Amino acid sequence: MSIITQYTNRLRDRLDVLPTWVRALGLLLVVALAFYLPYLNVLPFAYIRTDLSATGTDWASVLFLVVVYMIVAVGLNVVIGLAGLLDLGYVGFYALGAYSVALFGSTSSPVVEAIQNKFGLSEEWAVPFAICVPIAIAMALIAGVILGAPTLRLRGDYLAIVTMGFGEIIRICARNLDNVTNGAAGITNVPVPPGPEVDGRPFFNVSEPERWYWLALVVLIILIWMARRLEHSRVGRAWLAIREDEDAAAIMGVAAFKYKLWAFAIGASLGGMAGLLFGSKQQYVEPNGFMLNLSFLFVAMVVIGGSGNILGVLIGAFLLTYLPERFREFQEWRPFAFGVALVAVMILRPQGLVPSRRRAREFEDRKVEAEEAAADV
Amino acid sequence: MSDQNPATPASRESHAEGHVAVAPDTSDHAMLSMDVGQVGETLLEIDHVTLRFGGVVALNDVDFSIKRGEILGLIGPNGAGKTTCFNVMTGVYTPTSGEVRFNGRAISGNKPHKINQLGIARTFQNIRLFPEMSALENVMVGCDARHKTSVLGALFRAYRVRPTEEQLPANPLKRSLAKVFGISRHTLEERGGRERSMELLKFVGIADRAHELSRNLPYGYQRRLEIARALATEPQLLCLDEPAAGFNPAEKEDLMDLIRRIRDLGHTVLVIEHDMKLVLGVTDRIVVLEFGQKIAEGTPEEVARNPKVIAAYLGEPDDAA
Repeated sequence: MSIITQYTNRLRDRLDVLPTWVRALGLLLVVALAFYLPYLNVLPFAYIRTDLSATGTDWASVLFLVVVYMIVAVGLNVVIGLAGLLDLGYVGFYALGAYSVALFGSTSSPVVEAIQNKFGLSEEWAVPFAICVPIAIAMALIAGVILGAPTLRLRGDYLAIVTMGFGEIIRICARNLDNVTNGAAGITNVPVPPGPEVDGRPFFNVSEPERWYWLALVVLIILIWMARRLEHSRVGRAWLAIREDEDAAAIMGVAAFKYKLWAFAIGASLGGMAGLLFGSKQQYVEPNGFMLNLSFLFVAMVVIGGSGNILGVLIGAFLLTYLPERFREFQEWRPFAFGVALVAVMILRPQGLVPSRRRAREFEDRKVEAEEAAADV
Repeated sequence: MSDQNPATPASRESHAEGHVAVAPDTSDHAMLSMDVGQVGETLLEIDHVTLRFGGVVALNDVDFSIKRGEILGLIGPNGAGKTTCFNVMTGVYTPTSGEVRFNGRAISGNKPHKINQLGIARTFQNIRLFPEMSALENVMVGCDARHKTSVLGALFRAYRVRPTEEQLPANPLKRSLAKVFGISRHTLEERGGRERSMELLKFVGIADRAHELSRNLPYGYQRRLEIARALATEPQLLCLDEPAAGFNPAEKEDLMDLIRRIRDLGHTVLVIEHDMKLVLGVTDRIVVLEFGQKIAEGTPEEVARNPKVIAAYLGEPDDAA
């Protein structure tokens, strides 16, 4: 066992034996700190802010993006980490979420204009935000089911290729369906969540990104809670069993296809939720925001962080979103640094930075097996 | 559990220790026993099943039946079609012609998990556990086959059940909450599944390593774990595919005892086995396959005397040709 794994395992063992109230208090402190982060201005901690130099990015906006990508990572973790399905087109669901809220909620979207003309509604009318949320989630979920139903019969690499195609199809459709999505011009005026007006401006507006960050954080916490519930139930067990040996699971009464489809649908709806928050905050969506490389970034978050473990993928999402923003002055080095980091993680810690214990053991066992095999030769 | 077996982990694999773990708790598995139904009634019929893969005839007009409450042996030389026969029964293959009936109902062509729900469970010749899950989790996957919680039920836990007195939690606050709002079916099933799984692990004699990853268990434990996992799905018919492969004579003795105890719980058992001593010792009836065809059927004594069977296993004597 590597020294790091030994150390983290010992740390986790210590945390596990703490009384429930201590752990609850610790969790509460972490959450409180997360809510406080936008105002963090005490040196030396303030060095983690991204807006120290004049060219920096707004700190709260970066935090918002981090949390949105964390939602993505939690969703993708269900698909990749638990059910073991490699989905390379996750950006498609993210785009669907963002586009749903734009298409139905924006007064300048062709869809809303068509509805206005058809029913003789005023120019100001659009679907309210509160209804756009279930629409966006439902669209992503349905897309997940439509994509999954025929393709989940494929396994491994084949599934990865098909899903990758799906991600591109969504973007290309968004770009070319001019009279539905405005094509490359994108859609402006994406609605924001309702709230009391402050100083004559809506509660959620562009100049106060910390409010968006808090909103996303609340959504993230709720979604983590739900994902954990699934993970520690028969559903999570079924996903693991499918990942381990699909045929044996089926013969033991696990409806493998059904559970894989659920994993896909749940992952998709989380992706849609993240896209919705993103589109709403930007108040503008365009096809170029949903390029294929975003899918790879999402998969990298899960794999680097430690697939199968929610804490791991959260850390993965944080690092891969935050670090490039923090070190913007080295922007031209970004792809290089990214590549080196990926290779380093794959060599030094293939199970991810904070893997689930199960995965950590799996990799340790494999390493021992490989060494034994090498010794035999 | 471990107090029944004070042995060190290293010695647990040996027969003597294994026996100590198995023997003491033969009688106290009330929660595991199930209703066998009308003993002697036909449970599964293999009705003139033929299975071809292109030009290869894997099963040729195989025809036999299994009766409730019996232990049936399915034997034959290598490549006789025993495992193929299993695969037809458990829905892995669909027969080219003929039919498999379970409780009078045709099951050929059903999905494997559907056939499991109907009440057939099996183990594998080459062990196929879920290697990265603990022994207990492996068995709990089997238990889940009989649980009703849906995906949304596991997420929202809105289906509440009025708990009985012993199901109420000890914590006074939780207790009063449970009295008012009931307990979610998910929680009860989860708890019940855990208890049942533990009981099953005790039943097969491997409860002392319940929380270990199944891939790290010794070979004999893995075989027993497979049986426990299959039993967890509450099968009316349990099919064991060469359960004694790689066992020494003492372990085989233990296994025979285990198979009998499984029958006593109310399961009907079908055993594929090479080892004639084990098959003759434990089964009520034997079906013999050779080259995909049934060549004999009967009690162990009849089969052991049958010249065709002797020929199949030992080759034709020269003077008989």
